[in-house]
Amino acid sequence: MTTETDRETIQQPGPYFGEFGGRFVPESLVAALDELTAEWEAAKADPAFAAELTALHRDYTGRPSIITEVPRFAEHAGGARIILKREDLNHTGSHKINNVLGQALLTKRIGKTRIIAETGAGQHGVATATAAALFGLDCVIYMGEVDTERQALNVARMRLLGAEVIPVTTGSRTLKDAINDAMRDWVTNVETTNYVFGTVAGPHPFPAMVRDLQRIIGDEARAQVLDLTGSLPTAVAACVGGGSNAMGIFTAFIDDPDVALYGYEAAGDGADTPRNAATITKGRPGVLHGARSYMLQDEDGQTLESHSISAGLDYPGVGPEHAWLSDIGRAHYLPITDTQAMSALRLLARTEGIIPAIESAHALAGALDLGRELGPEATILVNLSGRGDKDMTTAGEWFDLIDRDAEQM
Amino acid sequence: MTTSYTSAVRDTIATRRDEASGALIAYLPVGFPDLATSIDAAVALVQNGVDILELGLPYSDPVMDGAVIQAATQQALANGFKLRHAFEAVAEVRRQVDAPVLLMTYWNPVLQYGVDRFADDLATAGGAGLITPDLIPDEGRVWLDASDRAGLDRVFLSAPSSSDERLRRSVELSRGFVYAVSTMGITGARADVDQAARGLVERLRAAGGDSVCVGLGISTAEQVAEVLEYADGAIVGSVFVRALAEGGVAAAAEAAARLAEGTSAR
Repeated sequence: MTTETDRETIQQPGPYFGEFGGRFVPESLVAALDELTAEWEAAKADPAFAAELTALHRDYTGRPSIITEVPRFAEHAGGARIILKREDLNHTGSHKINNVLGQALLTKRIGKTRIIAETGAGQHGVATATAAALFGLDCVIYMGEVDTERQALNVARMRLLGAEVIPVTTGSRTLKDAINDAMRDWVTNVETTNYVFGTVAGPHPFPAMVRDLQRIIGDEARAQVLDLTGSLPTAVAACVGGGSNAMGIFTAFIDDPDVALYGYEAAGDGADTPRNAATITKGRPGVLHGARSYMLQDEDGQTLESHSISAGLDYPGVGPEHAWLSDIGRAHYLPITDTQAMSALRLLARTEGIIPAIESAHALAGALDLGRELGPEATILVNLSGRGDKDMTTAGEWFDLIDRDAEQM
Repeated sequence: MTTSYTSAVRDTIATRRDEASGALIAYLPVGFPDLATSIDAAVALVQNGVDILELGLPYSDPVMDGAVIQAATQQALANGFKLRHAFEAVAEVRRQVDAPVLLMTYWNPVLQYGVDRFADDLATAGGAGLITPDLIPDEGRVWLDASDRAGLDRVFLSAPSSSDERLRRSVELSRGFVYAVSTMGITGARADVDQAARGLVERLRAAGGDSVCVGLGISTAEQVAEVLEYADGAIVGSVFVRALAEGGVAAAAEAAARLAEGTSAR
């Protein structure tokens, strides 16, 4: 068996992942992207930076996050062992904090005083607002107006943390338009402002940098599963919107050819209906938000509106490294409908007392299918990327849990 | 860059620099408020003193554009704009007036249409070339080849934040002119055209740029005159789009006549 240090990796450093990735941006942003790339490379090589980030993970986020085996849930998955990586237990409630703390530290290192971010479900916005409060940075969050309505609680959280939340009213008024407005802000204010991008999409260095900052999920989980079971998992499952939690957990296993990698995309009403967000399943290569990757688009290259019950997966693009992993066959990407995800959400709540985010419920639904397919010998590691507190309004409506008479009183 | 290459855009800018203080370049989106009116408006701009047209191709995610142009292109898309309308518009404008016509387009529509096919169809329609706000030369190899083959202009952007090395590449690879972004930001009228523009043009001259036009934020004849003191052309967009939105073709024509006065002040 090879050691960690001499393992050869198939992982690509960026800007390109096969034919995907790159920097399709206005010239005005190139200097900032160059600066960010150089600063990130320097920070990665700086033991002091790593030590500061490690201390934050430990003393602020609560890392390492635990793993939890869920046998009662697994009874519904053909008897396969299912182990959850509990990113839902992180401070702020999801994996997003891992990336944000790294980029906020980097912002301080570069000497900028203002951070901006896009957010869909609000988890990345909350994490960014949290880091801004912690580091004393000015913070503006762009959020599609549709999302500010369906995730009102997270809007309140961001404002309480001192961030300015700007509802975006252009285009489809969701995550993709929030990214457009954040880019416009960045082009205009790049001298003072760092764009804390939330996922493994966008122009280089974001796909590689966000992956590097999220790989702690997989690095921890790989050791924890080995410790618990004595062997590597049969398969790793994660939900994929832009794809940061999935890249975070996949990266540790990418050079373990016997570990299958599964990304679950949001199929909304169904991958065969127009109301879906299953980008790799239904899209084709194109350029969106600064990178070449798969995307949902019409024949003219106009971006199509995506649809998912999960605001965090409601995005018509996907990170370029996922596009590449799909094309080379290293990872498999499959669609999960709203109905499948919501059923899995309730099943985990009822069998294990854990309420997942609707995003993460897509990975759980995928694991149920996968367990039945792989059989009782299999061990499936699922990234439980976030908790479901923010989704209670949506779940309440879906399952008719809210007493309407009481609400009206 | 081949020495035998000829560019009507470049020649027009050179001519206007000799006979006036420089060229006035106008942006309008195709299909706003509808295809026929956008063509009429483009023709009217040329008839009222605009030297070169820059027709914008409406796109779902225009990250370089401010509120005025976003609203117009979004309406064009809602009204059913299709890529083929861009070629129809170029051909029809060229049939009616003699000014060179560039298309300004984000990259994905070109990519999906097919870069070579796009270049061929644009050339066939009589178009002069492309301005590509989100395609930097680093990612532009396919387009460099296609534009060479089809004999089209290619206008890359330069920003105040660009390194000297990047400015040199932009000058070397652009054809027609180099687009100097006057300020760090997006499209839209501004009270002051940034002093950064003057500095950027000086740096582009030092990098060998002899056809340099300034855009972003220019909205008055005075600003046009000021920019043409040091640049070869002034690019105006949002003002014409707003005039067209509020007062139709007549108002757009009036705005063109007003701004064209800025080119005669020497």
